[in-house]
Amino acid sequence: MSGIQQNDDAGGQGWVADTSALEHVHESGTLDVTHGVILYLEDVTVSFDGFKALNKLTLSIDVGELRCIIGPNGAGKTTLMDVITGKTRADSGTAFFGQTIDLQALSEYQIAHAGIGRKFQKPTVFHNHSVFENLELALKADKGLWRSLFARLSAGQQARIDEILALINLSDHAKTLAGLLSHGQKQWLEIGMLLIQEPKLLLLDEPVAGMTDHEIERTAELFKTLAGKHSLIVVEHDMNFISTIARKVTVLHEGSVLAEGNMEQIKNHPRVIEVYLG
Amino acid sequence: MTQYFSNLYGARGWVALGLFGLLFVIVIPALNLFLPESSVLRVPDYALSLIGKIMCYAIVAMAMDLIWGYAGILSLGHGLFFALGGYACGMYLMRMIGTEGEYGSTLPDFMVFLDWKELPWYWQGTDMFLYAMLLVVLVPGLLAFIFGYFAFRSRIKGVYFSIITQALTFAFMLLFFRNETGFGGNNGFTDFKRILGYSLTDPATRAGLFIATAIFLMAALLMCRFIVVSKLGRVLTAIRDAESRLMFCGYNPLHYKLFAWTFSAVLCGIAGALYVPQVGIINPSEMSPANSIEIAIWAAVGGRGTLVGPLLGAGLVNGAKSWFTAAFPEYWLFFLGFIFIIVTLFLPQGVIGLLKRFKKT
Repeated sequence: MSGIQQNDDAGGQGWVADTSALEHVHESGTLDVTHGVILYLEDVTVSFDGFKALNKLTLSIDVGELRCIIGPNGAGKTTLMDVITGKTRADSGTAFFGQTIDLQALSEYQIAHAGIGRKFQKPTVFHNHSVFENLELALKADKGLWRSLFARLSAGQQARIDEILALINLSDHAKTLAGLLSHGQKQWLEIGMLLIQEPKLLLLDEPVAGMTDHEIERTAELFKTLAGKHSLIVVEHDMNFISTIARKVTVLHEGSVLAEGNMEQIKNHPRVIEVYLG
Repeated sequence: MTQYFSNLYGARGWVALGLFGLLFVIVIPALNLFLPESSVLRVPDYALSLIGKIMCYAIVAMAMDLIWGYAGILSLGHGLFFALGGYACGMYLMRMIGTEGEYGSTLPDFMVFLDWKELPWYWQGTDMFLYAMLLVVLVPGLLAFIFGYFAFRSRIKGVYFSIITQALTFAFMLLFFRNETGFGGNNGFTDFKRILGYSLTDPATRAGLFIATAIFLMAALLMCRFIVVSKLGRVLTAIRDAESRLMFCGYNPLHYKLFAWTFSAVLCGIAGALYVPQVGIINPSEMSPANSIEIAIWAAVGGRGTLVGPLLGAGLVNGAKSWFTAAFPEYWLFFLGFIFIIVTLFLPQGVIGLLKRFKKT
């Protein structure tokens, strides 16, 4: 116990040990963003059989920011998401959520608890559960075993689910099996499942793939209202969509950051034109 | 698959459960005990023990459904947990033989035969019924917990997990075949005399065991139902359908899998303990890989993810088996393979799915 005590003291002096990261997760709301940065990756390298999916990647995301990440196939976008959510461990480098939470020391579900939500490239919802049950499972609550066995929805939780159902335009489909939804509706349901977890940081991998133009427009509106309250990282190929929502864009290429700036700067960046836009 | 729970949800489901209870807890045992041998309505002794045996299998099939149908984890080693429960109960029954054995010793016959002078440490206390019943729950439960912890923590899934469970039951079978293991080698335990002081040949004792099995079957069904209709049940199905999504929702699948897995193993252990006194024998062949595969067939035939389906499946397949092995013994395995193929190709939801289709049209 004394070891952990020491780490906490040290944390105050701006130095953090691995074990203290665990301590922080269990106290909810201890995400420390006093420096205005919610995610900080430094020199992250991930290699698969010698191929460097991420190569000394450094990236920081501010609180409330909406960041778009683009890049050609194989640039490392999905691997980046995997590192942030704990699915893949970096070979070297550091990944911090706020000032104190070391993402490398946590497993997927702990990272989700800490406040990072993720939408997959292929919409992933629970096909054999109704839309309502999908949201119920994702709902921010105690997700321990015994609690689940005796869980009953409170009126507040019920209202929260109804609110999200309305937001994602699926109120009429609450009892529909999620597997029967259209592709675009599944995307929305998955976004709804993210929102109901109340994460601080949302990672969205190709959120508008398979959506109609109208749905894309509504998604863009939604994301803009979310930014500020949440921090968002959006990986997309749809340049029109990005132009609508983007404030700051990061271009990845061969596992590192090629360029970073607003949409105008990116569009006129000679290297970006060469490897991606061209 | 939530809509399939309706079998147990609706008023009709409860009526069916009530009728089952009436029939199996009261009517059948009474028809066996109180009618004279000459009566047409009398349930013969062999039928009583056959139904009792099938009810034990049905519990196992339902336990299999909890882990396979709901959590998507196919175990091909559930026969092991059944057999371990059976062995734990068998130890008690062996001790109850007392000095009435072949050699007139207080030790079980096979130990005298091996020239052992005293009971091995793990046989201590097994003459106490409650302690033996504790072993029935703890031995399969602990083994499942430890095995499951390492397998699930290492994220072993799908067919790899199934193969390891198959290997596990095979390894235990080889271990139990050895005389030195202290469980009677390939003969196992038999020649039981009494349970809790009642003679096992007495019809009343046999009817009592039958009633206990029927009651436990219903209790197990209600417990499993409680689990699958709770949020925990929905988490289990979510593990089956999209485990990584669930992790990113903040659930630790390890805890959930381990719970369902261990609970399932404990149900199997208790079923095994009810089986042994009714059948009168337990030996390592119960741990053979083929037995465990058969359990999966019962569940698949009845209909996975329905709880009641596997109960039906175990009844149908074993009913067919006892008829077949009497009428055409050499063709039984072909027939079993044939039903499995038919079910896989045409009835992915088993008999329950078939009944549902009839209901709709």
